[in-house]
Amino acid sequence: MPEGVPLLKMENIGKEFFGNRVLYDVSFSLMPGEIMGLVGENGAGKSTLMNILFGMSVIQETGGYEGKIFIDGEEKTFKDPFDALEAGIGMVHQEFSLIPGFTATENILLNRESMKYNPLVEVFGDRFKTLDRQDMQKRAEKAIDTLGVALDPDTLISEMPVGHKQFTEIAREIDRQKTRLLVLDEPTAVLAESEATVLIDALKKLAAQGIAIIFISHRLQEIIDLCDKIVVLRDGRVIQEARTENTNVRQIASWMVGRQISGEACPDEGKERTCGDVILKTEHLWVDMPGETVRDVSIEVRRGEIFGLGGLAGQGKVGIPNGIMGLYISGGKVFVRGKEIKLNDPAASLNEGMAFVSEDRRGVGLLLDEGIDWNITFTAMQIQEKFIKKLFGGLIKWRDDKAVTKCTEDFIKALEIRCTGPKQRAVELSGGNQQKVCLAKAFAVAPEILFVSEPTRGIDVGAKKLVLDTLRRVNEESGTTIIMTSSELEELRSVCDRIAIINEGRVSGILPACSPAEEFGLLMLGHVGEGLAEPVPAGNGRC
Amino acid sequence: MKEKLQSFIENAGWPRIIIGLFLLSLFIAAPFVGVRLDASLSDTLVRVGMNGVLVLAMVPMVQSGCGLNFGLPLGIIAGLLGAVTSIQIGITGGIGFLIAMAIAVPLAVVFGWMYGQLLNRVKGDEMMIATYVGFSSVALMCMAWLLLPYTSPTMIWGYGGSGLRTTISVEGFWLNALSKYLHIQIGQFFYIPVGMYLFFGLMVFLVWGFFRTKTGTAITAVGSNPEFARASGIDVDKMRTISVVLSTVLGAIGILVYEQSFGFIQLYMGPFYMAFPAVAAILLGGASVNKASMMNVLVGTFLFQGILTMTPSVINSVMQTDMSEVIRIIVSNGMILYALTRKVMVKR
Amino acid sequence: MADRNKGSMNLKNILANNAVPIIFIGLSAIAIPISGFSGTYLIQEMLTRLARNSFLVLSLLIPILAGMGLNFGMVLGAMAGQIGLIFVTDWAVSGVSGMALAALIGTPIAVVLGYICGAVLNKAKGREMVTSYILGFFVNGVYQLIVLYTMGKLIPISNPQLVLSRGYGIRNAINLTGVRHALDNLIPFRISGIDVPLATFIFIGMFCLFIVWFRKTKIGQDMRALGQDMKVAEEAGIPVERTRIIAILISTILACYGQIIFLQNIGTMNTYNSHEQAGMFAIAAILIGGASVSRATITNVFVGVILFHLMFVVSPMAGKELIGQAQLGEYFRVFVSYGIIALALVLHAWRRMRAKAEARRSLRGEE
Repeated sequence: MPEGVPLLKMENIGKEFFGNRVLYDVSFSLMPGEIMGLVGENGAGKSTLMNILFGMSVIQETGGYEGKIFIDGEEKTFKDPFDALEAGIGMVHQEFSLIPGFTATENILLNRESMKYNPLVEVFGDRFKTLDRQDMQKRAEKAIDTLGVALDPDTLISEMPVGHKQFTEIAREIDRQKTRLLVLDEPTAVLAESEATVLIDALKKLAAQGIAIIFISHRLQEIIDLCDKIVVLRDGRVIQEARTENTNVRQIASWMVGRQISGEACPDEGKERTCGDVILKTEHLWVDMPGETVRDVSIEVRRGEIFGLGGLAGQGKVGIPNGIMGLYISGGKVFVRGKEIKLNDPAASLNEGMAFVSEDRRGVGLLLDEGIDWNITFTAMQIQEKFIKKLFGGLIKWRDDKAVTKCTEDFIKALEIRCTGPKQRAVELSGGNQQKVCLAKAFAVAPEILFVSEPTRGIDVGAKKLVLDTLRRVNEESGTTIIMTSSELEELRSVCDRIAIINEGRVSGILPACSPAEEFGLLMLGHVGEGLAEPVPAGNGRC
Repeated sequence: MKEKLQSFIENAGWPRIIIGLFLLSLFIAAPFVGVRLDASLSDTLVRVGMNGVLVLAMVPMVQSGCGLNFGLPLGIIAGLLGAVTSIQIGITGGIGFLIAMAIAVPLAVVFGWMYGQLLNRVKGDEMMIATYVGFSSVALMCMAWLLLPYTSPTMIWGYGGSGLRTTISVEGFWLNALSKYLHIQIGQFFYIPVGMYLFFGLMVFLVWGFFRTKTGTAITAVGSNPEFARASGIDVDKMRTISVVLSTVLGAIGILVYEQSFGFIQLYMGPFYMAFPAVAAILLGGASVNKASMMNVLVGTFLFQGILTMTPSVINSVMQTDMSEVIRIIVSNGMILYALTRKVMVKR
Repeated sequence: MADRNKGSMNLKNILANNAVPIIFIGLSAIAIPISGFSGTYLIQEMLTRLARNSFLVLSLLIPILAGMGLNFGMVLGAMAGQIGLIFVTDWAVSGVSGMALAALIGTPIAVVLGYICGAVLNKAKGREMVTSYILGFFVNGVYQLIVLYTMGKLIPISNPQLVLSRGYGIRNAINLTGVRHALDNLIPFRISGIDVPLATFIFIGMFCLFIVWFRKTKIGQDMRALGQDMKVAEEAGIPVERTRIIAILISTILACYGQIIFLQNIGTMNTYNSHEQAGMFAIAAILIGGASVSRATITNVFVGVILFHLMFVVSPMAGKELIGQAQLGEYFRVFVSYGIIALALVLHAWRRMRAKAEARRSLRGEE
């Protein structure tokens, strides 16, 4: 155990977003040169914690945080990221923050260029100093050397492989003389294995020079290889803090996901559910959805089943419904009722009796500037010609506003949508009510297969329950097959019959919802075969 | 009361209120400076009828999210071709006007389709490109007017024997073809060209009706959120193309209505700046870059044409000088500028 | 430098990247013999026009560097220059000192207008071009209001030759006898029968050096950065909005000087038209020189000015010889000026969409 004053100490950190508590009483400390792994499921509070540390504006705008941050034993508050940089905290975000047409050197020294004086500065001010390219080159090379990687300082970012872009980002933080603490948010997610190894070696070198590192990753083996200790967050609490030498992948996984079986999952265990034949089948489906790439997915879903798609964010679970519904470019084969359907054509998918509630509510799910009535009825009107009065023998397809209003009012009542009336614009509704409108839109086409993507994201507890209950009811009453995507495993386990876990764009396993949470945890982290997990053939769930 | 006023101001926007009040004060001031109110009002109404369809031509493209149709000259060119061809054929009266339309509309469909294909490939930059496509097509047509083999002596230059004139009178062909029907004259100065208004009304009704059909609804949704429309199985590019064709056709019809009342066909650089008054008018009526209604068309055309009619007469009488042109430039471009810099509400 | 060609640039690439200038060279090659102009005449014309227009076109470079596209708002600067010239003519200050005084009067006006333009464009990010274009029209209205209705009345103008017969407002055309060719003839230089406006070229040369130097300064680097990615630049702590205003400000001031140089060469000023043409011709010229909305070099400027004006001089004559109508050539060059801008904008939008699609593809994974 290192002795002395910790470089960073976070004490009793708490944070609430609009009454929604995401962090409770988080404390940890970090010594100079120490590498800490921060792990946890999506939504466990990792990003929020790092945003607090880095003084991101989103924290201030939502009412600040509780608790204290100490740097070298001295209490600090960061009003913006520049304060944090000043205090020696460097952060490498998941998304690259690089200028594509600049060289590595120019990016490493972005807005911190070496400059030379010239007389015109007296007239126009400091920004008219000329750049000292030689010195810039030297500084860039030094930063790259410290990192110990082979990176040509003159290469344009746009011509670099992904790994080198990542190195450039890190080199930028190293060039800041002040940087003593480096936060890396999933730096290896975009890297190939060999590149990741180089990165890990480089980080070890940095740590040896006294720079402390917080390393966020879902690849647990990397964490064990690299870190001195780990902190596991779950539901906003520190569940475990441990030295890496005393633990293993399996143990960490169970800390991450393993809450005590709450009794919520498998609520009607024992109750017989009847499922029909295979209604939807994919073969080697791939989907080019940015950030949610699907590489090779083959699944079978039975009629009347509620099928879950789980996995960590960015692993591709969200891409599957988006691909099947034709919203992103996809390939492979998709069969509905045994018949192959045309991909990349939303109309074709809708015509097959499928409907989709998108995870991107505001972007794809809603016409924000139009009334609730249009939002709910539009798809049914366009695809099935509901709410259409045909005039002159079908020559003119007139919109039947009365039928539109009637249908909207029915849904408002049935789903308890809180609004001033069918004409209220969707943008004025709360998140939960917007989600209900999205569901109503899907129900309006009376689908046989319903895809629901992240149905409870960003909505309050009451609305959450109503949404999930509605899904269950529709499944029971109308026999609608539901394929639900969610980042919350517990939610999936409480609703679904079977759950497929997607990792790196592939199915890492399909389990009945009642399987122990730990099994799911291992699958999520890509440790196929290390648990008891045996892919379960369709129909082997509760059906 | 105060809250009501505030929300009214918020909804209407300051520029519209200022211009509305300005117009009102012009009407109030008119009798005091010796300008006949009935004549001014009548003038305004005639101009509204003349320009209404051109303003209406903005609506489809705005609704489909293609932005303000600065490419209106393209439709106008189709209209001009219809007009000169009809005169060449030489049939007069209402039939001549109909023939002009019958030629102009299919041309506009073709132009509009090509224009739509282009705009679909440059999403996000439509407005600037539309402006220059409009300009360059006007310049291209300048060459065409010189070269096209029209022979009617009323249209070609007296000397040389070829090439169309800059200004061609439609007198003796279809001057007031619409305006003269059901013409109401009250007193010496006040008259309403009912025929032209009926036609304008018909056009407004057709466009209004179109946006209540299945296709019209789809176009509106595309303008409101293209991703939503796509997820609902709509062919976004097709809907945009339809709207551009519609806008272009309305532009062609609009210029014909304008000419039959104005009495002249203006060729060459004539259509050059024609898009700007129409764009300004619809914005003045309360439309935004991606939402427009029939009400916006009517209110906007009235306000804009009101200013254009009233400023020369009233300001001239007061200041003995003609400032109308300058005021037109400032008002119309100020209005467009306001619309462009306004924060687009919650649009992604 | 950033845009090094890795030697992999093959012939096809060069052709594709310079398609516009190559087409124009081809057009000129056909039109020059037809027009029947002599070589000496054309060289003299080109030298004069290079001196006359280069400065205006150069003023477009900095906003392009800052990613704000073609600065249609440069007409604002041109107007400021013209106001300066009106006063100088009224006060009968002549020669180079007259020009300097005009520039002195024009500068504060250009600063104010440039600042307004920059601030407005910051409110219309992503559609800078169409906004600056309309802003040009709007300020033109204000300019007319001032020049046509207040000059001679509220703003004293003593020279009756400048004022309209009604007693106020500036005449349509002003004879700039005082400053005519003041700069061009400052250093008389004649070589084999051709007049070379040496002083103007020295001035332009100095300005080119300024731009080269400017690109090497910190602020130039900042502009390059935010021209490529505004968000990244902002995250790195570069004051984005302020820098954008400075870019437009510099462009406006330079356009003001450019217009003064332009008009001293022409010798007469079209009070209500000169500035509008200045913007359109400058933008068409830089595009013909092979610049795009997002990338422009000094070479583009000079190549563009020469090619554009070659066409400008030659096409009416060629039209006359070919079809017997000079008017046709006249319209042809109008068509080309607008068409080239339309084409450049379309190509730019196209490329941007393609680049976006490619960026998405590179996100797909390791390959």
